[in-house]
Amino acid sequence: MLEIRNLHARVEGKEILKGVDLTIRDGEIHALMGTNGAGKSTLSNVIVGHPKYEVTEGSITFDGLDLLKMSPEERSHAGIFMSFQLPVEIPGVSMTNFMRAAVNARREALGEEPLKSTDFLRLMRDTQKLVDIDKRLVSRSVNEGFSGGEKKRNEIFQMAMLQPTFCILDETDSGLDVDALRVVAEGFNKLRNEKTSAMVITHYQRLLDYIRPDIVHVLLDGRIVKTAGPELAREIEERGFDWIRP
Amino acid sequence: MNTSQTYLDLYARYRDQLMSVAPDAMNACRDEAIRTFGHKGLPTLKVEEYKYTDTERAFGGDYHLSVATAKVTASDAPVVVNNDELLTRYYGSCVDMSDPIVALNTAFASECLCIHVGRNQHVERPLEITDVLRAQADTMEHKRILIVLDECASLTILMHYTAADQQHFLTTQVVEVVAGDGAHLDLYEIEETHSLCTRFNTVAVNVGRNATVRHNGITLWGGITRNTITVSLKGEMSEVTLNGCVMADKHQHVDTNTVIRHEVPRCTSHELYKYVVDEQATGAFAGKVYVAPGAQQTQSDEVNQNICIGSESHMYTQPMLEIYADDVKCSHGSTVGKLDETALFYMRQRGIPRPKARQLLIQAFIGQVVDYIPLQPLRERLHIMVERRLGGDLDTCAGCTLCK
Repeated sequence: MLEIRNLHARVEGKEILKGVDLTIRDGEIHALMGTNGAGKSTLSNVIVGHPKYEVTEGSITFDGLDLLKMSPEERSHAGIFMSFQLPVEIPGVSMTNFMRAAVNARREALGEEPLKSTDFLRLMRDTQKLVDIDKRLVSRSVNEGFSGGEKKRNEIFQMAMLQPTFCILDETDSGLDVDALRVVAEGFNKLRNEKTSAMVITHYQRLLDYIRPDIVHVLLDGRIVKTAGPELAREIEERGFDWIRP
Repeated sequence: MNTSQTYLDLYARYRDQLMSVAPDAMNACRDEAIRTFGHKGLPTLKVEEYKYTDTERAFGGDYHLSVATAKVTASDAPVVVNNDELLTRYYGSCVDMSDPIVALNTAFASECLCIHVGRNQHVERPLEITDVLRAQADTMEHKRILIVLDECASLTILMHYTAADQQHFLTTQVVEVVAGDGAHLDLYEIEETHSLCTRFNTVAVNVGRNATVRHNGITLWGGITRNTITVSLKGEMSEVTLNGCVMADKHQHVDTNTVIRHEVPRCTSHELYKYVVDEQATGAFAGKVYVAPGAQQTQSDEVNQNICIGSESHMYTQPMLEIYADDVKCSHGSTVGKLDETALFYMRQRGIPRPKARQLLIQAFIGQVVDYIPLQPLRERLHIMVERRLGGDLDTCAGCTLCK
């Protein structure tokens, strides 16, 4: 369970989050909607511990752990995963070496032995089939030369490899056509179990047709101003955000 | 007493011994060389070619002179010590004998390792020369190597420099290379010595017509390292590639100085050097491409990319073009940067601890230089050596015959 209390955060001296309260229970999918610059990406970056963002007040606990005291890698080991809005290209680092380092670091943190080479490669192969990603992509450098859709699919592949318990999908739908969006969303749904919770950040209803949220929040000017059921997303699609503004 | 004078005195003391063991062709240059050195002295920081390396510091210290006389007993390898015929013909013909460090080496070298591949001969298996510094006291050695490839000969050599004892070592080495018309040479040099070692290495290559020469210098461990590489393209349609990578930390100092001389038309040269300097280490790269009057249709590209990690690390870079022909295509570029923070964070979000993420990024950066090595087993071995270097592994050197 993720609990955010009175969270204030700033980036480069500018206050973006001005008191966010949010509770996400195990198994729940929350959608976070809002205008550009409302603070959606700031909130997700603060949760995963991006060093550029400074928390000035408030707390985040995850399964009883004080997240704000943990490094980004420790948060990852605790089960937090973010699908990046803009996945980073890392030329020269192969997907295999990247995933091996990630999987084994997580295992080490959990007190498990590193995977043997053959077991690791089998896991890569099985996961690649599960999320239906081209095996040629998996044999290249991380995201290098991937199309927008391939990068997002690669995020889902990494999610499948790491099996997180809490996922942030930061505008996973941006830059995707309808078919690619469906494939990525189906990949995510396939990986979910009753314990997995998620925060889905999006501007549009479209993604939420595939990943159905239990609760929808609207974030405006650094605060959550409205919380309701999935019907809220549909209403925003029709009426925009202006009617919600306090 | 200044440092240069100690070497002049040392020469006076050892001259007769050196003359008695070394071949005539080497002795013929000896007195002239010490005169050159006496006249010029150790180059100061005001000398353009040596402005990044303090030679007074490098050559100071009390070293025992090692006068080596070795024998090669290998059967089918094209290697002998002191091939008189080759020495008479080529000794001192490629390298700039007026350079004070080369002069010092020429004065003190007592033997020359000669590698000769005859016309149309292809040495199928790569030749590996492992140089292990061993001594019970602080020691200096002045090494000389001559590589001659006759017309259309081909050879791949790996020279691996290591040190087995924890003494101060001062090494000067001069490698002269003659690549005849149509010859093909791949020359790899790897330094894995230690922080007490000072190494001044000069590689001088004369390239004939239609020949291909690739040099790749990899500096992983050392104290003070200076690599001078000069290539003279003397025949048309030839191609030369100089690549190198350096990983330096603690108080390591690594200085590379390259000169490629396009003396004739229609040759191509490529250069790629990458440095990663960390902690208090210093890196320097100066690369000059000279295009002589009339050397038309020269093509040349030179790239030097560097990552400075430590806040106390330094990197100096100086790419240079000197062009006296008007129909040429030459480029040069140089960058000094830091590790990509966005990539680091992406990796950490996936659970990769920062030190490991750093290691993967450095490996990827340096790995590009290793990827240019066409010989697959060697390429893989070097990737492993780089990985071990980053992991701080000093114990073994990834598969040389001694560590197996």
